[in-house]
Amino acid sequence: MIVADKKPIEEIIEMIKDYNKILILGCNECVTVCEAGGKKEVGILASALRMYFLNKGKDMKIDERTLERQCDHEYLDEIRDIADGYDAIVSLACGVGVQFTAEQYFSRPVYPGVNTCFLGATEERGLWTERCQACGKCVLATTAGICPISRCAKRILNGPCGGSSNGKCEISKELACAWHLIIERLKALGKLDNYEKLFPIKDWSTDRAGGPRKVIREDVQL
Amino acid sequence: MTTNVKTPSKLEKILRAGHLAVTSECGPPRGSDPEAITKKAEMIRNHVDAINITDNQTSVTRLCSLAACIHIKLMGLEPILQMVTRDRNRIALQSDILGAASFDIHNMLCLSGDHQSFGDCKQGQNVHDIDSMQLLQTVRYMRDEGKFLGGDDIKRPPRMFVGAAANPFADPFEIRVPRLAKKIAAGAEFIQTQCIYNLNKFEEWMRLARERGLTEKVFILAGLTPMKSAGMAKYMKNRVPGMDVPDEVVKRLSGVSKEKQPEEGINICVESIQRLKECRGLSGFHIMAIEWEEKVPEIAERAGLYPRPIVN
Repeated sequence: MIVADKKPIEEIIEMIKDYNKILILGCNECVTVCEAGGKKEVGILASALRMYFLNKGKDMKIDERTLERQCDHEYLDEIRDIADGYDAIVSLACGVGVQFTAEQYFSRPVYPGVNTCFLGATEERGLWTERCQACGKCVLATTAGICPISRCAKRILNGPCGGSSNGKCEISKELACAWHLIIERLKALGKLDNYEKLFPIKDWSTDRAGGPRKVIREDVQL
Repeated sequence: MTTNVKTPSKLEKILRAGHLAVTSECGPPRGSDPEAITKKAEMIRNHVDAINITDNQTSVTRLCSLAACIHIKLMGLEPILQMVTRDRNRIALQSDILGAASFDIHNMLCLSGDHQSFGDCKQGQNVHDIDSMQLLQTVRYMRDEGKFLGGDDIKRPPRMFVGAAANPFADPFEIRVPRLAKKIAAGAEFIQTQCIYNLNKFEEWMRLARERGLTEKVFILAGLTPMKSAGMAKYMKNRVPGMDVPDEVVKRLSGVSKEKQPEEGINICVESIQRLKECRGLSGFHIMAIEWEEKVPEIAERAGLYPRPIVN
């Protein structure tokens, strides 16, 4: 899923302080799972903002709404009738949702209420970690199912580098060395011989480097 | 190992002639004064065969390695251009290789580089378009095939003797020798190792490398850094990733007075070289006296590595 984290409330206040009527718009997908932008967080943020502006003596109307998805026209249409009634929308969706909302409601200011962080998973309650950088050309078949592009601080394809120590990365003792994990799993799979195969220079044109990307699937187009 | 040289590199000639090579290293300054580099090089010019110039080591911004190599080359010395893959993509790397080749810089060391979070630009991007193994492949391809990665011909290709780093002490130990084999397969012709303090472990690594026939395929230069103090030894032991400093080394330095510790550090370094001279398959020494270049001549002389051979 896409993992996001809450923005500091001061940052959100700074964005909206000159408006009078705000819609906080949550998303029921990834940001709900990572507890940054679902219905619950919309409620918490809205309450906190109401309290802040009340203390400041400002009459600020703050409404709450959470859509099934913000990365889908169909669900975004659900606020078509009410969107124009707000001075601005604070979207707690990922960067995709914020942009899709902004595209749909072109004349309304739309602000991001979370920081979109990475593609990852819930390791335990309250801990999400990165697993994929969407490079567009998956290498997992040759790296024992562990991605060095997202999990090595230098995205080294022929690792580990000299900074790997006691299975940890040179940048933090809290961070596993991806190549250490790869080697351990190659061993478990009885495929340590694969370690010596050189990974060729990667084609990054399917990555961010190639410019904004598209997937076109004629077989499913209407 | 073949005695036929493939490049005009003096380091290659010395190694292929069967001499124990001696290299050292100079870090460029955090400023543009060329004397900061030429003075260091002057101190060691008669005692080493070639001088590594580090490339923004520990990710701290400095005068660039290539320019510093040119200064050294103009002094009539033999530079080893260190290049990390952290800061440049494949266009910039190939371009800098050609730039170096245009000044007849004939040695290169391919590295990934410390993470930028160690340096003075923690908020910067890193590049890592290719990794250090792929950089080895790149230089060898440019030299041996005379082509750019894109496939076009290079007019006057680079003639670089190509090296890599190896850390016999990093984890997991069981892939240290396979990793060396991989670097050789990628094109490494010489290896400079991480600083050696745990001699037993290094000799074990060398034994495994010999068993696989790797010392017949690559010249291994043992990396040595003299300790200036017990404090430095403790710091290296506890804070520098991938460093193996046995307790005996720390104890030995702590066992003498503070004033005597630098001398004791030099003694340890000299004794290590003397012991490793007997290590079969070892081709030389890389003496990294960090901001202590003036001690390199003494170390080389006391370790019996002086005078340096003359090759044509």
